[in-house]
Amino acid sequence: MNIVVCGKVIPASSVTIEIDPNTKRMVRKGVTHELDPAAASAVEEGLRLTEKHGGTVTLITMGISDVTIGIRNALAMGATSAVHILDDAVAGSDTLGTAKLLAAAIKKQEFDLVICATESSDSYSGIVPGQIAHFLGVPPLTFAKEINVDGSKITIKRQSESGYDIVESMLPALVAVSSGINEPRYPQLKGIMAAKKKEIRVYTAADLGLPAEQVGEKGAREKVLTIGRPPKRQAGKVVTDEGEGGKQIADFLAEIKVI
Amino acid sequence: MADVIWVYAELSDERFTPTTLEMLAKAAEVGKAEAMLLGPAPDDAAQTLARYGASKIYRSADPLYRDYLTLPAAETVAQLIQKHSPAVMLFASSYTGRDIVANLSARLDCGAISDVGDFILKDGSVEATIPALGASYQNTSTLLSQGTKLLLVRPKSFEPRINEQPVSVEEIQAPSDAALQKVHMKERVAVKREGPQLEGAKTIISGGRGLKGEENFAMLKELADALGGAVGATRAAVDAGWVPYSMQIGQTGKTVKPDLYIACGISGAVQHLSGMKTSKFIISINKDAEAPIFQYSDFGVVGDVFKVVPQLTEEIKKRKGA
Repeated sequence: MNIVVCGKVIPASSVTIEIDPNTKRMVRKGVTHELDPAAASAVEEGLRLTEKHGGTVTLITMGISDVTIGIRNALAMGATSAVHILDDAVAGSDTLGTAKLLAAAIKKQEFDLVICATESSDSYSGIVPGQIAHFLGVPPLTFAKEINVDGSKITIKRQSESGYDIVESMLPALVAVSSGINEPRYPQLKGIMAAKKKEIRVYTAADLGLPAEQVGEKGAREKVLTIGRPPKRQAGKVVTDEGEGGKQIADFLAEIKVI
Repeated sequence: MADVIWVYAELSDERFTPTTLEMLAKAAEVGKAEAMLLGPAPDDAAQTLARYGASKIYRSADPLYRDYLTLPAAETVAQLIQKHSPAVMLFASSYTGRDIVANLSARLDCGAISDVGDFILKDGSVEATIPALGASYQNTSTLLSQGTKLLLVRPKSFEPRINEQPVSVEEIQAPSDAALQKVHMKERVAVKREGPQLEGAKTIISGGRGLKGEENFAMLKELADALGGAVGATRAAVDAGWVPYSMQIGQTGKTVKPDLYIACGISGAVQHLSGMKTSKFIISINKDAEAPIFQYSDFGVVGDVFKVVPQLTEEIKKRKGA
């Protein structure tokens, strides 16, 4: 079973995000990057499925050259190879442009299953997987908290408001996994060494047959008008517990007439 | 003429989700609110939508929409959008809402804006506010594509309002195309939850990584019982397997807005703050004085949750008993 994982490499959680006032976009150049934990879960799920059923895991990501570190991380976890969409022309792509690029790159691979994270940890739109599924013409299985493949049949447990749904489809398909579906493995030394020799294929938008006006800032349907920090909530009183902390909270509750 | 705003109506356990009613109130305020109701629903469903502001309802009770999840619904909505071109269509940021919008935005090549907290409509163009997640940035965005603007609306962004309208109902046909029946919902499993529900709770006691283990949530339950509240958790606590996902508050869990929120052993990650920061009063207990949660708290105690929480519970019991 050949699996393509779409995963994002994002500024590391330790990085304070800055916004470029001209482009109104997150500053990514020169910032420490890491494989998005949500993407790591998608890679992990792909690895577990191929360990069981055989086949390959190909990571596809889009981003500036700074993201290579995250690609190597996925390869060190065990992904077979990777595809990097690297092109200045794709900067500023909205969800739709991103989905078009990823779908075009996926079509260049042989795949039975595409696995995505439900949403990236830095932009949270949550609609790219469904858009990719549409462009690929495969069924979208979303919010998966468990995946089972049996021959050409795929069954997932899909998160619902009141529990979960058991949802079934046929391969090829796309699954978007929810956070916490698994605990991604840490790369071992052997994997890290092996990753250095694994192939990263680089595509531009033109390689993928997408004209520049359909991607990046030019192709974006969604345009950010303004961006800024919201007014901070007025922080209240903070005390250090010296044995009376619980009682002090009770006093505060009495003050706001809760007790 | 007033702009026509469509609302995709969603049911959960035979009742409209709060976000459906919230979106109707906003739609009726901005223009002429119309609702789309696909799949089996209680008999009085159309009346309920009308009572909350819908003046027209597009309706099909076909079980196809329930049994094959969102592909048939996306097909129907796409056809109706092409026929009627409403100015805006609103969907809840829910599982169903996000799936339909993903499909529609690709199919109609129009894009969409996610996580909308508010919007205005000016000469056919939409300006949406996407509230900041915790300490991040807030932005306003627009859609440059022609035609209907698709917006995914964050729960609790608007107040639902009774606003009875004379209503017309148009029955529509479900699509019969077999290609739309590729995702089959075989079974719906409800996971039982104990104690008061988080949704609608006036008081929420929430635990994070600082709780250190499943067994310590009993301590929060005791405090919640003393205050008549519900217990919630952060993603860290859910991912660690201490408590079920149904208790998760935050960007990928529930959005809550109680009168009182007590955060225990929670640092205040952006992902969590986005689900609770509009609570009326926030109290936090954390051993790290630098934890971001304190910046959002009305009252904070830097200390050991395992000492402060039991003392608080005792104190409440004592004062209530007095």
